[in-house]
Amino acid sequence: MSISRREFLKIAGASAIFGLGGMAIINEITDDIEASQFSPGPDALIAKRWAMVVDMRKFKTEEDYRKIIEACHSIHNVPDFGNPKDEIKWIWTDTFEHAFPGQEHEYMEEKLKRMPFVLLCNHCDNPPCVRVCPTKATFKRKDGIVMMDQHRCIGCRFCMAACPFGARSFNWRDPRGKDDKGRPFIKEENKEYPTRTKGVVEKCTLCFERLAKGLKPACVEASNGALIFGDLKEPNSEVRKVLSTNYTIRRKAELGTMPSVFYIIG
Amino acid sequence: MLEKALTGSRRYWIWIFALLAITGIGFIFYLKQLSYGLGITGMSRDVSWGLYIGQFTFLVGVAASAVMVVLPYYLHNYKVFGKITILGEFLAVPSVVMCMLFIFADMGQPMRFMNIFLHPTPNSVMFWDAMVLGGYLLLNIVVGWAVLGAERKDVPPPNWVKPFIYLSIAWAPSIHIVTAFLYSGLPGRDFWLTAIMAVRFLASAFASGPSLIIILCLIVRRFTKFDPGREAIQALGKIVTYTMILNVLFLGFEFFTAFYSRIPGHMHTFEYLYYGIEGYGRLIPLMWTSAILAVFSLILLINPATRRNEKTLAMASAAVFMSLWIEKGFGLVVGGFIPNPFEKITEYWPTMPETVITIGVWAIGFLILTVLYKIAVSVREETVGIEVDR
Repeated sequence: MSISRREFLKIAGASAIFGLGGMAIINEITDDIEASQFSPGPDALIAKRWAMVVDMRKFKTEEDYRKIIEACHSIHNVPDFGNPKDEIKWIWTDTFEHAFPGQEHEYMEEKLKRMPFVLLCNHCDNPPCVRVCPTKATFKRKDGIVMMDQHRCIGCRFCMAACPFGARSFNWRDPRGKDDKGRPFIKEENKEYPTRTKGVVEKCTLCFERLAKGLKPACVEASNGALIFGDLKEPNSEVRKVLSTNYTIRRKAELGTMPSVFYIIG
Repeated sequence: MLEKALTGSRRYWIWIFALLAITGIGFIFYLKQLSYGLGITGMSRDVSWGLYIGQFTFLVGVAASAVMVVLPYYLHNYKVFGKITILGEFLAVPSVVMCMLFIFADMGQPMRFMNIFLHPTPNSVMFWDAMVLGGYLLLNIVVGWAVLGAERKDVPPPNWVKPFIYLSIAWAPSIHIVTAFLYSGLPGRDFWLTAIMAVRFLASAFASGPSLIIILCLIVRRFTKFDPGREAIQALGKIVTYTMILNVLFLGFEFFTAFYSRIPGHMHTFEYLYYGIEGYGRLIPLMWTSAILAVFSLILLINPATRRNEKTLAMASAAVFMSLWIEKGFGLVVGGFIPNPFEKITEYWPTMPETVITIGVWAIGFLILTVLYKIAVSVREETVGIEVDR
């Protein structure tokens, strides 16, 4: 069977159009699938809207802070490059004036001013990082967790420019590598959680992988009750009780991103 | 027509090989960046975009400015620009290519570039930027090539090309507006969060691009038999004058809003850029150079005697170009990150590899520009004295 050049072009053109169209349809379908590397088990913790309350009254010593940061960073293989330029952090601390800029004043209680506040991704209702991502590498799950697909991220860092909370870190160099003295950036690798490659953005994901196994986030577990975690849409949940009985503030509420991390100051 | 780029004087080939050499060095450093990661640059967690994205932002403007010669010619039948429209269209091509290369150089995972198209994301401005840039590149290659090809045969350009020309006129501002939206839609970045960002971008684009075309026209006239015409250069001079006045005014408006309102977040970056805060002020010398060059160019441009004199016009054009290169290619992008949203200051300065890669990309741009201009000028030299009604 022979076909003329004209016929061939017709067929080629039509296949290209249908091919592209088909791809678009597949994209549409897969968009509705909840992306997750861990399928939730029978004991999985499930919520309509996850949220966290940080009870600053319960943080007394430096050890209280260190424990929660260590718990998070060690199980998630967060590398330590030993310098602020390449730094990667999922949960960290900063002073009141940096945590809540614009809310500090010169007559504030000195203790409050110096107090280190626990900071992490706010898992906003209206996350600017998700809005700007050109590849859907960062996306919001139905339960409110703002997720990162490190295999899809192209490393454009638009999300870092968009996030007003500095919750995102970029792998400026290979996190699986070693420093000049041969010490690995990841001190002890947790084989149960993936490491990342250079050139992608990463962040706190509220321990979605632990939730799938019925465990609370690592920081919450290590916090001795200072971090309260639960379902915002569940009227009887612990977070709701705490929120209804305490005065709480959120970071940069004026930007309208609707953070779901709340702070009890004292 | 490509063969016209393969014959040239000794000087032409020295220039081409010099650019190739610089490109080569840039590429070697890019390979280094690929293996080490973007940590090789001066960027950090706090200043996550730097020189690369700055260059991209500036060059989008240069690319868009082709419309400043295409529009008067095609929409207002302004014949004087007949000879230089091709120079505008062929300036747009390397500018867009450089834009794309800078984005590529800035990506952490360049191999995944296609993800932008495989997972089209209409809510991301960056998706639209990729779309409009690609479209604009195609439009300018198609239009420039078709028009030049027709000119070579001494016939008017084919009718099918007209719709593409009108489309390119509408398309040009869009590439710069969309680029401005990359910045002006972000919460928590007060320096960028301004509705006049897009018009500021257009004003600075329509000043920097035509000022570069003036310089290129003067170079072309000096080294080839093709004369773009004094009247065309003067008309470009007027365009640069008005757009530069607008650009400086718009910057002034930003200062007014920030400093009359006295909202700290809106003042901080300006303070950092021009006076320094808390002892940090790495960009102060650059920003004041930009400001002084802007004033200097305006004096030369507004004064009719110095605008008419081609020597002083060339100086003014160079001053405009440099001033806006600093303001947009550096201060605007870097400044948006300093101080960061928690009022902390992390400074930024490009590293050596970053600078070499940047120069390498510019060399590729000049290489494409030279080849395209060589073709355009060779065709022009053949048809000297023959005016075709397009």
